[in-house]
Amino acid sequence: MNAPSSPNSYRNGPDENGRFGLFGGRFVAETLMPLILELEQAYNAAKADPSYHAEMGEGLKHYVGRPSPLYFAERLTEQFGGAKVYLKREELNHTGSHKVNNVLGQILLARRMGKKRIIAETGAGQHGVATATLCARYGLECIVYMGAVDVARQAPNVFRMQMLGAKVVPVESGTKTLKDAMNEALRDWVTNVATTFYCIGTVAGPHPYPAMVRDFQSIIGKETREQMQEAEGRLPDSLIACIGGGSNAMGLFHPFLDDASVEIFGVEAAGHGIPSGLHAASLTGGKPGVLHGNRTFLLMDDDGQIKDAHSISAGLDYPGIGPEHSWLHDVGRVKYLSATDEEALEAFQLISRLEGIIPALESAHALARVAELAPQKPKDHLMVVNLSGRGDKDIPQVAEILASR
Amino acid sequence: MTETGQTRIQNRFQACAREGRAALVTFVTAGDPDFETSSAILNALPAAGADVIELGVPFTDPMADGVPVQLAGQRALKAGQTLRKTLAMVESFRRAGHDTPIVLMGYYNPIYVYGVEAFLAEARRVGVDGLIVVDLPPEEDAELCLPALKAGVSFIRLATPTTDDKRLPKVLQNTSGFVYYVSMTGVTGGAIADYGAVGDAVARIKRHTDLPVAVGFGVKTAADAATIAKGADGVVVGSALVERVRLSLDAEGKATEKTVSAVTSLVSELAQGVRSVAKAA
Repeated sequence: MNAPSSPNSYRNGPDENGRFGLFGGRFVAETLMPLILELEQAYNAAKADPSYHAEMGEGLKHYVGRPSPLYFAERLTEQFGGAKVYLKREELNHTGSHKVNNVLGQILLARRMGKKRIIAETGAGQHGVATATLCARYGLECIVYMGAVDVARQAPNVFRMQMLGAKVVPVESGTKTLKDAMNEALRDWVTNVATTFYCIGTVAGPHPYPAMVRDFQSIIGKETREQMQEAEGRLPDSLIACIGGGSNAMGLFHPFLDDASVEIFGVEAAGHGIPSGLHAASLTGGKPGVLHGNRTFLLMDDDGQIKDAHSISAGLDYPGIGPEHSWLHDVGRVKYLSATDEEALEAFQLISRLEGIIPALESAHALARVAELAPQKPKDHLMVVNLSGRGDKDIPQVAEILASR
Repeated sequence: MTETGQTRIQNRFQACAREGRAALVTFVTAGDPDFETSSAILNALPAAGADVIELGVPFTDPMADGVPVQLAGQRALKAGQTLRKTLAMVESFRRAGHDTPIVLMGYYNPIYVYGVEAFLAEARRVGVDGLIVVDLPPEEDAELCLPALKAGVSFIRLATPTTDDKRLPKVLQNTSGFVYYVSMTGVTGGAIADYGAVGDAVARIKRHTDLPVAVGFGVKTAADAATIAKGADGVVVGSALVERVRLSLDAEGKATEKTVSAVTSLVSELAQGVRSVAKAA
């Protein structure tokens, strides 16, 4: 594809049709179309309502525990011998990941819209846990669709969701992972349109979800700007985050997109390696297509059939990516890299031992690329890594892998 | 189009109306359970009583379909069905001399990846009459609907219980051939809750358009078909037919000598169902 020319601002998307350049849109069944238009209206009304922002602010501060710290990782910095590495500690949020930032926004919106039944899809279970948590907090019915494969490999999160009163539905169709969970959630939504709010966990899906979820997650980047200003008196030089659908990355990146001095890196899951074909790197190994309500880069065959994604990390195991990332890739504002299962596992152990922080396997993909990028940078280079989630949920899986060696 | 300047779809609905009955619209998935058997089913549908054929284009992620159509698509994909093969099936159907209208039904991605212009040219050439693409609402008309109309391929839209009077004109604006009224909010293959509401909805749509209105989602038996046929110009049956395919397969999931007749026998019953009720022409 020809790269479009640079826009005046990278932060104006999407347009009124939900497009980021070629990407995004509203590719949904007619049954859902009126709901998506209603949601867009409700979200626009909420955005203009100071009481909604006040409620969000309260929730983020006292329930989620924001702001999350921007932590100077001294020992990691020493280890890599280059850039000063800062970790944005999203794993310290209530429920253990960045997912809660978005869920709070959507649940408060659902309440404004009078919806009492909440559905969600989840991969690693972090979004499911965040949704179950806020549904418990506000007394809403919660149904979480989760691929049967993920139910098996993320057992601790399944139990957490059940403890919180949510119904976890294992999805047996297709590849039994995140994409199938999303299909099943869409089928539920199309059936229960009148009562149900679909709380999407990432910056994907039909417009307005990609923009709305990004807006909710942008708190990460906004705080990072202020905190770095306070710590170092200037902007960071680079940002790095892992990408499945890409919500933690979009949240960190968006407030910096127009700061030309800030280099931005997204890290996709390379699974067994891109050449093996067994990966989840949609931008590196996919092409544009239409799935789950939006046009974006997808892993697929020549007939347009969606291919299985492969990643050690259930949260990155998705054959697509948020449409705004596809656009940022196209226009060249963000560089998209990848990390293999093996590299993520190594980073997982390294950060645990050096910093006393057990990262989620998802976040470990970003940290794996930091191990390569940081040593190439001068010592005054300020690098921010989004530590999007904590790794407690991954310990049984990692223990099993390490024990088998 | 025929010499009269009418499309095969228009001709067929008008012919059924002259007979004072609703059209029977049958859905089967292309390539289910394999290319040869599926071709045999397709070629047997007109004689069994299908007035219009919806040929499902298999997709890995059919978000608006219930389990029966999901499984049919998985069987077809496993047997190696592609959009190219589906177009080839239509080509041989037309070579066999059938003039039953064929509407391809599915999701946008296989068409998008094939290339919209190339796909429309080929669809038109092999004798595809119309398209139903579930995930292309009017908001995305520039993608495929408008190019299809320009290429002389009908674009049939779904109207649903959530399509209110305000939205209906937008849904109908670029619709051609017929309107497919989805009788419930839900995925294909569910059960119709309220037949009265279906009749009211058809009447409501007809206030906005002169196009024939076919009703589907949840029609399973000749009796269901007869009930719907009273108030609609067409009755769509899909999940019940692909279930017939599934139930006819052997333990390995392969077609048996019963597979084709399992489908055609139900089509014949349904055809009798729509003929059992006279409606005002």
